[in-house]
Amino acid sequence: MNIINFTPLSAFIGGIVIGLAVVIFYLGNGRLAGISGIMKNFISSNNNRFDNLLFLIGLILGPLIYSLFSTYEIPFTITASLPTLIIGGLLVGVGTGISNGCTSGHGICGISRFAPRSILATIIFLLMAIITVVVKGSFF
Amino acid sequence: MNKVISLLCGIIFGVGLTISSMTNPEKVLGFLNLFGNWDPSLIFVMIGGILISTPFFYYFKNKPLFAENFSIPLSKNIDLKLIFGASLFGVGWGAVGLCPGPAIASLAFLNFHSIIFVLSMVFGFLALKFFDTLN
Repeated sequence: MNIINFTPLSAFIGGIVIGLAVVIFYLGNGRLAGISGIMKNFISSNNNRFDNLLFLIGLILGPLIYSLFSTYEIPFTITASLPTLIIGGLLVGVGTGISNGCTSGHGICGISRFAPRSILATIIFLLMAIITVVVKGSFF
Repeated sequence: MNKVISLLCGIIFGVGLTISSMTNPEKVLGFLNLFGNWDPSLIFVMIGGILISTPFFYYFKNKPLFAENFSIPLSKNIDLKLIFGASLFGVGWGAVGLCPGPAIASLAFLNFHSIIFVLSMVFGFLALKFFDTLN
């Protein structure tokens, strides 16, 4: 293992900002800011549909607003092939849908609430993602 | 007020993802590449988020400001659905480097690849809904 590209300060500050969004959404609307849940509910339920849409629009506006205040271009490099993108997107949609959470819902909200389901889910998806990167790196 | 908060929280969340570079799949894959050239940054994002939100979840349980009650999942049940779903999600995340939050935020870049990924995600949710209505 070599450690490269490590940016602990911006990562930590970004994490605190994400935490603020989680806190305001919880204290104000009484809901958890888990993105897969918000997206799934927007697609499949009439409850809070407009709220969910506004949150998702805000999520897209976030990087645009950031770029107004930053002279650096926001880095975005995606190397996955088209079939990988399609299969990966399906797996992420179906997987987070079945297990009711993703990196934000289980990883941040769930762990902050000491929810056993979320702690287990986070361990599992992290392990599977690390294994996937190893396997993909070795065979493809 | 709920609407304002929803939009505001989406924006703040998206800004946080951008500050921490989590909108960049290459950065996320660098974290998942634990046995190669490893970039531990993502763990600091999670620590930052968890540190801020933990005390609020712990101390505020009565009533939110602009809603009747907190809507929090109560299930403590660890079942196969949780394990199987989290596994599928992990494989998809590791294959591309995008999870739902960064995937949607990255639509801001109007990148063809992230649009395809998000459409596939949406299709996944729709497929689940379809099978739910069948049962």
